[in-house]
Amino acid sequence: MSTILPLRLAGIEVRRAGRTILGPLDLDVEDSGPLVVLGPNGAGKSTLLRVCHGITHPTKGKADWVVPRAEANLAQAFVFQTPILLRRSALENVMYPLSLRGEGKKAARATAQKMLDDVGLADLATVRASVLSGGEKQKLALARALVTRPEVLFLDEPTASLDGRSTREIETILAGAQSGGTKLMMATHDLGQARRIAAHVVFLLNGQIIETRSAKEFFEGPSTAAAQAFLKGDIVE
Amino acid sequence: MEDIWSGIAAAFGLIVTLDRDLIDITLRSLQVTLTAVAIGAALGIPLGAWLAVSRFRFRRVTIAVLNALMGLPPVVVGLVVYILLSRSGPFGVFGLLFTPTAMIIAQVIIVTPLVASISHQALREIWADYHDLLISLNTTKWQRIRTITWDARRALLTATLAGFGRAIGEIGAIMIVGGNIDQVTRVLTTAIALETSKGNFALALGLGFILIGLAFLVNLAMHWLSRTEQRGRW
Ligand SMILES: Nc1ncnc2c1ncn2[C@@H]1O[C@H](COP(=O)(O)OP(=O)(O)O)[C@@H](O)[C@H]1O
Ligand SMILES: [Mg+2]
Repeated sequence: MSTILPLRLAGIEVRRAGRTILGPLDLDVEDSGPLVVLGPNGAGKSTLLRVCHGITHPTKGKADWVVPRAEANLAQAFVFQTPILLRRSALENVMYPLSLRGEGKKAARATAQKMLDDVGLADLATVRASVLSGGEKQKLALARALVTRPEVLFLDEPTASLDGRSTREIETILAGAQSGGTKLMMATHDLGQARRIAAHVVFLLNGQIIETRSAKEFFEGPSTAAAQAFLKGDIVE
Repeated sequence: MEDIWSGIAAAFGLIVTLDRDLIDITLRSLQVTLTAVAIGAALGIPLGAWLAVSRFRFRRVTIAVLNALMGLPPVVVGLVVYILLSRSGPFGVFGLLFTPTAMIIAQVIIVTPLVASISHQALREIWADYHDLLISLNTTKWQRIRTITWDARRALLTATLAGFGRAIGEIGAIMIVGGNIDQVTRVLTTAIALETSKGNFALALGLGFILIGLAFLVNLAMHWLSRTEQRGRW
């Protein structure tokens, strides 16, 4: 069970270059099944996730966990759309968050090796991260995010540029994390993936939340025309 | 022409027989330059790293000043250090003028901005790559600096070598503050200037070959480092 959720966004607004790119919006992220943020490109999905995680500061409004920010920060992790890997070996990448938290080298190495096993990268432990394939890179980023056993894991279109097989492998890892008690909050514009993963859906358009509903309700019949069009595969603007 | 050929032959003779003056001068050059470069790197790399990860009001100005300092004419550096260290200057009591220490001080002033500026460029690039991740992982500023300097260590070694290349061939400043005193402050560059003016081409050329050899080695190492750096790229 999570000790940092729910997360409450109140009056959040993000302005960049004189334009409002997100909000104003309110959102409660509860301690329940995976939350999927849906919406077309440029809708503000990444910005919303980044505000929740605290790496983008909103121009207005507040994002509060039930515990102080410093404490909440330690219990969450973020997987970026394009994996950001350190110029180190795969194993050292996974050891890194543990070392930051003051864990000894030996213990960190053992934990990281175990984590690599779990995501199927055991054989690539000593390989430089830069030479891995796209799918392997994202799995490595995922391993690094999960190695600290976060209560909340943010995923920004983690499979957007990957093939079917890598996508399936990553979804399997995510299912494992989810059943291990990690709350997932994922942005995607892949409807199939949203159907497979989501328990709740936030539908974003032009920086605004158009719908927040349970996944079942959303996919059975969204109440807004925009969401209906999006589900049909029409171009929504 | 004859003079030059016999000079070259004599120069090789000096090198092969490990002539005492030649060795002495070379070792002093290395001692002064390596010390200055070590200090310059110890100051310049942290400064470059700090500039890369910090956002403060005068950051751009600081970087511009740093780049300007890189172009400081060594002769002027020598002059200023001379004034500061001369008996009537503020640091005159230490009696450092015309000592290797004075030469090291002058070279540190020349090398530090260069190392800091090149380091900053490399570190800024890796910081741009790592930024979101390191923020997401709640790193402290100190952890950020440690991470990027470690992961950019090859580029930082290249920056340090560039500092060495600049310092080993420098003459303007060290001639002024060192005074080119035999057995005390005479180094490769000042000795070459002196021996040439005395018409002693053999020793001048011998010293010249060693200087060229050192510069060549440094550039080779830099080239090799930047190639391995590129292979590690994304
Ligand atoms: N730093 C920024 N400056 C200006 N515009 C930005 C910035 N970051 C994002 N945007 C704009 O905000 C909008 C939402 O971006 P984003 O959250 O990345 O959308 P999504 O992830 O849904 O594709 C886009 O139109 C994008 O161009
Ligand atoms: Mg996005």
